[in-house]
Amino acid sequence: MHDFNYHKTSNIEEAVKVHMGAEDGTYMAGGQTLLPTLKQRLAAPTDIIDIAGVTELNTITVSDDVSLGSMATHASVANSSEVSSAIPALATLAAGIGDPQVRNRGTIGGSVANNDPAADYPAACLALNATITTNRRKIVADDFFTGMFETALEENELITSVSFPKPDKAAYMKFPNPASRYAIVGVFVALFGTDVRVAVTGAGDNGVFRPTEIENSLSSSFTASALDDTTISPDDLLSDIHAQSDYRASLIITMAKRAVAAAS
Amino acid sequence: MPTVTMRVNGKTVSGEVEARTLLVQFLREHLRLTGTHVGCDTSQCGACVVHVDGNSAKSCTMLAVQAIDADITTIEGLADGETLHPMQEAFRNNHGLQCGFCTPGMVMSAVDLVNKNPTASETEIREWLEGNICRCTGYHNIVKSIQEAAENVGG
Repeated sequence: MHDFNYHKTSNIEEAVKVHMGAEDGTYMAGGQTLLPTLKQRLAAPTDIIDIAGVTELNTITVSDDVSLGSMATHASVANSSEVSSAIPALATLAAGIGDPQVRNRGTIGGSVANNDPAADYPAACLALNATITTNRRKIVADDFFTGMFETALEENELITSVSFPKPDKAAYMKFPNPASRYAIVGVFVALFGTDVRVAVTGAGDNGVFRPTEIENSLSSSFTASALDDTTISPDDLLSDIHAQSDYRASLIITMAKRAVAAAS
Repeated sequence: MPTVTMRVNGKTVSGEVEARTLLVQFLREHLRLTGTHVGCDTSQCGACVVHVDGNSAKSCTMLAVQAIDADITTIEGLADGETLHPMQEAFRNNHGLQCGFCTPGMVMSAVDLVNKNPTASETEIREWLEGNICRCTGYHNIVKSIQEAAENVGG
């Protein structure tokens, strides 16, 4: 790991100001992805701006929607009885990220800003039509995730919270890599009235995406059997040592069926 | 170079580190607390697990500067003098280790589990150990150890 200047910050304005003054700064939330990335020298920022001390970002608020502060850890979301009763699928998703130690430190803001193509939270954001709030603006999930490890965030922009509307039914099903627990394929399904939103992570060669074929089939009938004749093209799917694209295409349908069957 | 001050096993300690110094390096190389191990250095194996403000964390995936003002407990901080912590005692009773390399992390992770969920089922224990890898035991006696410690602590 290359050395860097470390800045501990205690409020949003301070964090943004320090970032603006840095030559090549990066925010650090829980550091569970950033630190391994630095160790591999895949990134070498001049300055790290630690936002763990910005306590206003830790909040979890459940009212008409579920609003998670960007520094809410996966463990705090998984263990929140309010989140569990408002959107059970969201708490279940958080409980399945990495391992207990990673969940104690990893945060939703970090996960969403990083937009790893196999991360879990981007699927929840996209399927639940979440709104990502930053220090400058609100961005809907459909506009936020722009590609593999890429988002609509601009330089210095800091995510402050992510809010999720409550669906009538939702579930997330992941086929995890047994070593890393990242998704080989993860499918989040959500039903809002008659609107069906589905998001797939782990499989797309451009990151998280909404499979229109599955959404169309489920819009006519929100049942697992509605997907019996639905197929996904492997053309734009990832192919690697863990799974080839045609296998991922098949897994997407299987996981989507399981998610619909489990949706509550 | 940044100066870090934190509480480790109840004592306030401080030292000068590079910003990039990992918490595990600070513990092992500055404080000479070598009970915390580095296995994979990629946050997968869990040999480096310590408690940070009461929650288990992988000290190879945390900077020392992130632990400024935190309360850290390492494997050295569990025993009360000559009396082993109930989790350590249970690992000994149940042959919950062979080579012992993963054991400090296993024990620290298990203590965090029993603190939070004293009635954890066998399945919950096995799920909790997702982040701790043991190459010797096949996990069976580790799970037995944790079950016994939970009974002794939780009653």
